[in-house]
Amino acid sequence: MKILTGNDLKTGAVTWWDGVQWSLHVEDAVDVGEHADTILAREQAARRVNAAYAIDAIKDEAGVRPAHIKDRIRALGPTVRPDLTLKPADPAAGDWVI
Amino acid sequence: MAEVQFRFRGDEPVADPAVTVDSFGEQSNASAVRLEPGDDARDLLPHLDRLQLIEVNFPVFGDGRGYSAARILREAGYDGELRAVGEVLVDQIAFMRRCGFDAFAPEVPLDPADAEAAFARYDHVYQPTTDGRAPIWNLRHG
Amino acid sequence: MYKYDTYDQAMVDARVEEFRDQVRRRLEGHITEDQFKPLRLMNGLYLQLHAYMLRVAIPYGTLSSAQMRMLGDIADKYDRGYGHFTTRQNIQYNWIKLEDAPDILADLASVEMHAIQTSGNCIRNTTSDQYAGAAADEVVDPRPYAELIRQWSTFHPEFSFLPRKFKMAVIASDIDRAAMKLHDIGIQIVKNEAGEIGAAFYVGGGMGRTPMIAPCINPFVPIDQFITYSEACLRVYNRHGRRDNKYKARIKILVHELGKDEYTRQVEEEFAHLLTQNIEPPLAELERIKAMFADPPFETGLSDELDRSDPDFALWVDNNCLAHKQPGYIAATISLKPVGGIPGDATGEQIRLMGDLAKQYSFDELRVTHAQNIVLPHVKKADLYALWQVLDANGLGTANLDLVGDIIACPGLDYCSLANARSIPVAQKISQRLAGQAQQIGELKLKISGCINACGHHHAGHIGILGVDKKGVENYQLLLGGCEGADTSLGQITGPGFDEDGIVDAVEKATSFYLSQRQDGERFLDTYRRIGMPAFKEAIYG
Repeated sequence: MKILTGNDLKTGAVTWWDGVQWSLHVEDAVDVGEHADTILAREQAARRVNAAYAIDAIKDEAGVRPAHIKDRIRALGPTVRPDLTLKPADPAAGDWVI
Repeated sequence: MAEVQFRFRGDEPVADPAVTVDSFGEQSNASAVRLEPGDDARDLLPHLDRLQLIEVNFPVFGDGRGYSAARILREAGYDGELRAVGEVLVDQIAFMRRCGFDAFAPEVPLDPADAEAAFARYDHVYQPTTDGRAPIWNLRHG
Repeated sequence: MYKYDTYDQAMVDARVEEFRDQVRRRLEGHITEDQFKPLRLMNGLYLQLHAYMLRVAIPYGTLSSAQMRMLGDIADKYDRGYGHFTTRQNIQYNWIKLEDAPDILADLASVEMHAIQTSGNCIRNTTSDQYAGAAADEVVDPRPYAELIRQWSTFHPEFSFLPRKFKMAVIASDIDRAAMKLHDIGIQIVKNEAGEIGAAFYVGGGMGRTPMIAPCINPFVPIDQFITYSEACLRVYNRHGRRDNKYKARIKILVHELGKDEYTRQVEEEFAHLLTQNIEPPLAELERIKAMFADPPFETGLSDELDRSDPDFALWVDNNCLAHKQPGYIAATISLKPVGGIPGDATGEQIRLMGDLAKQYSFDELRVTHAQNIVLPHVKKADLYALWQVLDANGLGTANLDLVGDIIACPGLDYCSLANARSIPVAQKISQRLAGQAQQIGELKLKISGCINACGHHHAGHIGILGVDKKGVENYQLLLGGCEGADTSLGQITGPGFDEDGIVDAVEKATSFYLSQRQDGERFLDTYRRIGMPAFKEAIYG
């Protein structure tokens, strides 16, 4: 699947396109199919997202998984600071990125 | 051709179109020339007395060769119009002014208030150039 | 230390307002991200993996207590409670909001600091010897010359859109503690036979994907002409440096392609011209700056004796402290490399504490080192034990300077959008694995970069590690034999890369082999240089 990610213009937070708006959680990301460019152009022009791009991902029982490790680290947070990730209570969360 | 939006000179603008450096060499009457980033400003130095307008093109704002070209021309005594053309953005014009540009013809016209603020932003400067502003170093030591 | 006058202060204050205006124009949609990006970069603001990152300039690595405290406060107020000290003697914050950035710059300006030109294709923050003003071997204190460069390079109208970034370093001793020859311009302040001060220019060094050691293009530029000479070096580069390929745009490529002699000829020609333009600051300005770097009021007649009865303290003194030019004093390095920690990171609380300790014990002065540690340059030996006890109680007393655990590591793929692989976890695992042997191994500079840009200086490590992306999986190349000192050399790749656990094993094989081969007094690097790559390769891969 193709999903969209970028950063919030004001806060810089990593966000994912959920079909309506930009979510902090990769599991909300939806397949945009052929519409990536249209959505990106519209959303960036409206400054609802910054530096956004389309990536490949897969969806399975564990949720949405970006194809590249870089985007998995973006989705989770720094693996060396579990306390600052989106899953601070899960000590094994870092294993997901590898 | 973009309009001159800002001009810091009292004389009449030159009406002649600016020719390329190559054709300038072949036209002994041309009084206006346009420098591209790859041109050597020093090629013009023997002809400064007959030049009234030198356009320096910035095809992309990040290509900073035009700043050196401008200073080289001014350091050689050129006192005709030095015009920045191309991708001339509001956050570059103060640097350009310091390097000797006295006319600006941005491809996309600038917001006049933003441009005015940019030209006036810094009361003092560290480096001497030919723009006549006394550097802070000199102000400190009289 | 340098103190701003009204001119310097007005300059950074105006910059804060300029950036506030630029941020406003971006948030209101008057400028695009493409147009805004170079503007925010020139204020040190990147968009990284998780958020905006702000890089704050620490000119020549020197800080006052109040400045250090402010860096700690910013970590707590605007970031997530920590900062990261970098190999360019700066500090970076990883979780900055764009809307806060102008306020942060205003807070910095209140303590004479800024983020000007900490990124972008311009002259970056000038680095120097972390022991400047304290080291016994320096000709003069190099920092006044670096400060003059700071002023000259700030908003330089001709050199703000160079082909690529431009880094300068200034040292003033034969022992190079600033990797001077691996900079775009490295300057060594020297004294000639007549006793006159001058500047030796080394141009065209660098790391990145094409590492090069800078050749000396002029061994003695008179000190009242060295800014003019720098201007000539930059002008030749700005006019002729490559702009067709960003990977070939650094000055090292120009110097290499033209040849050192032709580049030098062009610089000398430009220099002769620029001498007619009177652009050199008056010598009185250098004298004004120098006066601010005068020695602090050292006490005289102090004893050089230390009570070494606490063995942990004695070890820390032996590993982390450097002899001082003033009897009774010592320069102490605070390691930001606890075993298993993140190299260069410190919490807001730790940063403020180090600031307070500087005030109490080091004449209000600290230094950031390019190895990502902090130096208290002027500590009275009589105070050293008390200082160490506070450091030790706050996780800042690790006794591992220049040992295998004192690893330089870039932020890597945990934070950086350019990275191909993570650096920090590798550093953590190596420091844990070898912690017990570190003292036995002795001096070993290990440096890790998460991509070819080499922010972690892997080319200059006795052991270097380069993270690469191998079909979407992190992979690590091993290099041996790099060195950044006066005998600068570039590391060589050993062979095929390793996965994360494999690289830790490979490093241990290399250090074990060294221990089995070393002769009296040899450091890792010496043994490597004596017996060479093939033997090490056999030990690692055999």
